[in-house]
Amino acid sequence: MSNFFEKSDLSRGEAENIISETLQKCDDGELYLENSKSESILLDDNKIKNSNYTSDLGFGFRAISGEIVAYSHSNEISKNSLKQSSDNLKSTLKSAKGTYNHAIPKSNKKYYENINPIEQKSLNEKIKILNDVNEYIRSKNNDVKQVTANFLGEQKSIEIIRSGGETLSDVRPLIRFNVSVMLEKNGRKETGVYGIGGRQSYDSYLKEDNWKNVCDEALRIASVNLESKPAPAGEMKVVLGPGWPAILIHEAVGHGLEGDFNRKKTSAFHNLMGQKVASEGVTIVDDGTIDNRRGSLTIDDEGTPTEKTVLIENGVLKNFMQDRLNARLMNTRSTGSGRRENYRHVVLPRMRNTMMLSGKQTQEEMIKSVDKGIFAVSFGGGQVDITSGKFVFNCTEAYEIINGKIGSPIKGATLIGDGPSILKEVSMVGNDMMLDPGIGTCGKAGQGVPVGVAQPSILINKMTVGGTKL
Amino acid sequence: MVKDQEFLEKKALYCLGLAKKLGATQSSVVVNNSVSETVNFRNKKLDESNRSDDLGINITTYIGKKKSSISSSNLLNDNLNTLMEKCVETTKNTPEDEFNSLPDKDLLAKTIKDLNLFDDTHVENDQKIDYLKKLEASASDDKRIINTESSFSENKSNFILANSDGFCNGYKTSSFTASSVTVAKDEKSMERDYEYTNKCFLKDLDDAEELGKLAATQTIRKLSPKKIGSEKISVIFDKRIAKGMLSTFASAISASAVSRGTSFLKDKINQNIFSKRINIIDKPDILKGLGSRYFDSEGVKTETLKLVDQGTLKHYLIDTYNGKKLNLKSNGRCGGTSNLYFDNGNISFKDLLNLNSKSIYITETIGHGSNIVTGDYSVGATGFLVEQGEFKYPINEITIAGNFKDMFKNITLANDLEFKYATNSPTMMIDGMVVAGK
Repeated sequence: MSNFFEKSDLSRGEAENIISETLQKCDDGELYLENSKSESILLDDNKIKNSNYTSDLGFGFRAISGEIVAYSHSNEISKNSLKQSSDNLKSTLKSAKGTYNHAIPKSNKKYYENINPIEQKSLNEKIKILNDVNEYIRSKNNDVKQVTANFLGEQKSIEIIRSGGETLSDVRPLIRFNVSVMLEKNGRKETGVYGIGGRQSYDSYLKEDNWKNVCDEALRIASVNLESKPAPAGEMKVVLGPGWPAILIHEAVGHGLEGDFNRKKTSAFHNLMGQKVASEGVTIVDDGTIDNRRGSLTIDDEGTPTEKTVLIENGVLKNFMQDRLNARLMNTRSTGSGRRENYRHVVLPRMRNTMMLSGKQTQEEMIKSVDKGIFAVSFGGGQVDITSGKFVFNCTEAYEIINGKIGSPIKGATLIGDGPSILKEVSMVGNDMMLDPGIGTCGKAGQGVPVGVAQPSILINKMTVGGTKL
Repeated sequence: MVKDQEFLEKKALYCLGLAKKLGATQSSVVVNNSVSETVNFRNKKLDESNRSDDLGINITTYIGKKKSSISSSNLLNDNLNTLMEKCVETTKNTPEDEFNSLPDKDLLAKTIKDLNLFDDTHVENDQKIDYLKKLEASASDDKRIINTESSFSENKSNFILANSDGFCNGYKTSSFTASSVTVAKDEKSMERDYEYTNKCFLKDLDDAEELGKLAATQTIRKLSPKKIGSEKISVIFDKRIAKGMLSTFASAISASAVSRGTSFLKDKINQNIFSKRINIIDKPDILKGLGSRYFDSEGVKTETLKLVDQGTLKHYLIDTYNGKKLNLKSNGRCGGTSNLYFDNGNISFKDLLNLNSKSIYITETIGHGSNIVTGDYSVGATGFLVEQGEFKYPINEITIAGNFKDMFKNITLANDLEFKYATNSPTMMIDGMVVAGK
């Protein structure tokens, strides 16, 4: 754990006094301290191109009165700096006359170990694996024109000091390993990308079999895409594979169920609580409690212990995801979903690991039932317009389905749908729920946070496929 | 207040000295500080105030052809000592790369003329609040507007770039930004749109009432959208979307993408990639320009480049490392383009709408559908159906798709270029795109 006051002219006691004094008439708020260490090692074009180490230290001081949030952050943990921030908050909330809410739930459960993944493997070992990756991929296929592979490792220590001196802390490891392959054949170029990651050490994750699987998968996707033909354009049936395609759930309904958009009534879901928003058999949870997952959290960035929140149960909307601010204003409790990218940002209600649970059908049944449609196996990324409810995601591996059989691979295309209605179009839910490989980053209001997704195979009755073939 | 040159320079030179002492043969350092203050309003009331003070240092050390870098936000000498040791140690253990080096000395920027990039004016929070009150009053004037969010932000930055070849320079920049996001509702739909203004100088900022009104108008006209059928059609891109085509073009001609072979524009130098009517310019020395700079992020001087001249690709965007790989000299584009724009076309906006009896006008795209390896493009979109030069009705839940190689050849530009962002395009029409809808 970091001792944030060790090299500062500011003692913990003095900081506590400034915090309590600043938050006196506020409804909520805290000092958030963060010390993160991260590394990135990149192999590209047959060479180790970059090795970068970052150490980031800073604080964010937040005061809340009613609906108003005042925030100030700085890199200098010093008396001067904290006082300046305090003055800043006080000047914004001159007329605050609330009562500080001291209540915050406690839990001793931890969902990852207190480790620093960067120091658990030497630079030379990591460089060796990257070089092995490069050689392995290039030796497997003569059409390989480019290989990019990288390691990202991070340890983030946070401490939350609330009014009255209550302190909550967490140490979060995070790793990611990515491989991108470009093939060129008969003048045509295509890429395949795959990666894995989670809140754990490189060692427990990167056994030789493991990194070879990642390489094989990237290579396989690139090879499939080399054979792809133009994607169809128009409305049709779509079968989604299990695992990572659950970013559909993340975009289509996840964001729309975040507390802030619903408090402000700008989400297409804000007046649908308790109503049927999805087909029977569709249950969606947002779960921060899965061991070592990329989206898991022991406590959120306000200090609330994480939980498994049921969002939609058997088609019916049950809960929104809440941070403390939106929960208070909506007369409910925080679901431990208050997150921020780092100390530079205010807390927002965010997703953790968003999962659609398994149903009864098989993927085979789904494909058999489709006369004309597409089978989407992997995606790049997605985006949603919360207000209109329209969302998109980009296929990176997909096939056409003709008369109940999987046909040729098709080129990357965007799929577009309507969030509030898409889940009513789900006509089959598979029995094969799978977690994604641990690579997701979700963006909201300029803040990126690590998230996970999971789903079984699903059949959607109609979606618009953005291909070029009419 | 943003930290002065003297403070930043002292830190930079301290690190360069330390690097040398620890055995680095070359090194470069960037130290920056930015202070910004933002006030947000929602539904005519104060919602959030945010002050940020960011310090950062980025150090790259070389030992011969070995290189590695570190960055930190903790500028205490104690911490810098530890980090520098780690950096040099890592450099020793990183394999050599023959193309690693600082920029050629003769390419470094020497003379600097003032481009007017810093406005010292400080806007007190109360002034920001006044501006936002006016903005929100005008934005929420129409009953169909059910939610307004707006923001006013002031940002001041300063930096120093120094390297072991004696380069040591930096400058202050400022920006003032105001934005308005509105949500409108009718029986059938709820829609959101926005408008914003971003300027180097406070006095150049758009009028608050106009900004709010524009955001509201643009939102209301999106209400009750329809979905259209799938067809091949001419697509007109609003300026705020058209500029994205330039950004894709810029990533595809970066020396990095070209040298790695991962760009659909590799080996296209001196070839026609656009129609003859198209010129693309990157001009770093526009007074008060949002993308203006005195040198690139390695200290290399920057000059205006006509990247595309009458449809022909004339330059890649070259930095030192990738330049050496391609056997080309840096043209001062490490860190990308500066003020990038299409020259005006020769017809008016109105005439552009009238070029076809039916077309669609796109005001927003969603998704990350540009693939610079293959040139494939496919994104979600919202906009309007245009018939006989008139906006008929709003459309949504469609996608538009094509391949940049074809799209670039089929661009027609209006003559309504304005410098609102760092990258700017007039209104653009592309013929023969595929729209997928019903």
